[in-house]
Amino acid sequence: MPATTVPDATTADGALLVLAIVLPVVGILLSFVLGGRCAERIAGVLLPAGLGVACIVFLKVWQGGEPLIYTVGGWQPPLGITLRADGLSVAMMVAMAIVICLIGVFAHANFGSRAASIETRAPLVFWVMLMAISGAMNMIFIGGDLFTLYVALELLTFAAVPLVCLDGRAETLQAALRYLLFALLGSILYLIGTALLYGSYGTLDIVLMSQRVHLEPATLAAATLMTVGLFAKTALFPLHLWLPPAHAGAPAAASAVLSAVVVKGSFFLIVRLWFDVMPGLLSVAASQLIGVLGASAIICGNIVALRQKRLKLLIAYSTVAQIGYLFLMFPLAFSADPLHLQYGDALTGGMLQAISHATAKAAMFMAAGLVYAALGHDQISELGGIARALPMTMFAFGLGGLCLIGLPPTGGFLAKWLLLEATIATGQWWWAIVITAGGLLTSAYIFIVLSRAMGPPSAPLTLHAAVPKYQEVAALGLALLSVMLGLVALGPIDVLQVGRPEAPMVQLR
Amino acid sequence: MNAATLFGLCGAALVGIGLYGLITNPEPLRKILAFNLLGSGVFLLFGMIARRAAAAGLGGDPVPQAMVITAIVVAFAATAMAVALVQRLADETGQASISSDSSGAVNGEGKS
Repeated sequence: MPATTVPDATTADGALLVLAIVLPVVGILLSFVLGGRCAERIAGVLLPAGLGVACIVFLKVWQGGEPLIYTVGGWQPPLGITLRADGLSVAMMVAMAIVICLIGVFAHANFGSRAASIETRAPLVFWVMLMAISGAMNMIFIGGDLFTLYVALELLTFAAVPLVCLDGRAETLQAALRYLLFALLGSILYLIGTALLYGSYGTLDIVLMSQRVHLEPATLAAATLMTVGLFAKTALFPLHLWLPPAHAGAPAAASAVLSAVVVKGSFFLIVRLWFDVMPGLLSVAASQLIGVLGASAIICGNIVALRQKRLKLLIAYSTVAQIGYLFLMFPLAFSADPLHLQYGDALTGGMLQAISHATAKAAMFMAAGLVYAALGHDQISELGGIARALPMTMFAFGLGGLCLIGLPPTGGFLAKWLLLEATIATGQWWWAIVITAGGLLTSAYIFIVLSRAMGPPSAPLTLHAAVPKYQEVAALGLALLSVMLGLVALGPIDVLQVGRPEAPMVQLR
Repeated sequence: MNAATLFGLCGAALVGIGLYGLITNPEPLRKILAFNLLGSGVFLLFGMIARRAAAAGLGGDPVPQAMVITAIVVAFAATAMAVALVQRLADETGQASISSDSSGAVNGEGKS
């Protein structure tokens, strides 16, 4: 194996990475110091600032073609901690920052606290946790060693669980407790893996470890434990039981964050683990097994979603299905021919699916929240006439749905097309059937909802509450973004390959 | 069998017992206790790994010790949060359970 030196010196502009993590933390501390009524104003300044930082980092990495690196305190690995932003990190950072900012705009109506004369609990918790999620996600994207990633993962859990039970009803408390127990199991399994890997290789730095890692029982055990733990956190098919009640029970803005952003954190760690920490170590059989889990998630999630009576539960089960697509990239990337690991198409398709699902799903949860606010319920069978009352909302829902189905020119189309191309390139036609069948099932439930919404109302429609225009605009904006992601192929899609070796380390096999 | 191996085996046994308890016990409070047992096993594993550096002539490897302190703090925070949730759930419904069937019954009783 080629002995490469570690590019571990702080690069120019590396300090921007620190800023990306520290800004939300400053916001959280300030919110507690200044009190709940200021929390929204602080988030309103710091979340866009975080988006700005993410955009600058993205431009630097894209133009420079080199990852940005910051060694904390000047300590070199293996002892020190590095922050490292490569192509995958910056693409996810920008996408998640945009989604979080638009969710912030949407949440102003529910958690706005400027006008209130007394401080209330829910707005403070919501804005603090939104900032905490943005900081934890940035840390997951740019953390350079496995233990930092563990801390970031726990931070993400601790920020996500309170969002589930924001309204304090018994069933959401129960959903939050179940989510917390699943998440704790997941992160402790990840921690065992970290301990085993440190015991074997004496380092936790991703770059150093990728050079030292080799196939042995401890590595295999560590990799299996970490992957299963992260599956539980990402809600991959047999471990998805916590997701639908947690995501469907939360307030609309919180559901959007949980479904669009939070599950992507642990998914990103799985990608890091298999593509960066242990490149080439995933055996064909194991990758097929992951693919089977993903495929079952797509089929089962979609069928259960078809049978739902409530709109929010339908969208939550559709998240279970869409997560399945993310895991199809593993069998496609680690194809049977060890000399030609097909990293490119499958990895790009998987990441694009993660990003386009984030924008589309956030838009759909927002639309469902607006429908709920307007009607006072979200029974799919009684949606008649809502498309006439809230045209912009239902348009956003429809566009998000198109992206989930994968119709051109949406981001979902491009992602699924890249995955399909990878199935052809690697000769694994059976995944192509799953991808196509999943698209058909998705289109079935999207059209059921849309046809109900456009049908005549059973009784004259009375709206419980007026829906603010800017909330509809936020949902529509996210939906339009998910459509325009299909055009990303013309531009910065090559940024995903920055910082990863041209030829993967096949010698490790 | 030297001390490091013994501690390693103890850690592995604790992890096994904790994992079993976390998966099979239906009560949230017992699940939280099992999670702590599992956590203790992992911390012992870290201690064992730190002790193995003694072979190189050092008293012990400081990196796993630093990690274990962080992990203990995280596990403590997680336990506090889980207990708070259980407490709140018990206040709301009169009993704490995470199976959705019983909650429906409890909610029904609460309303009637």
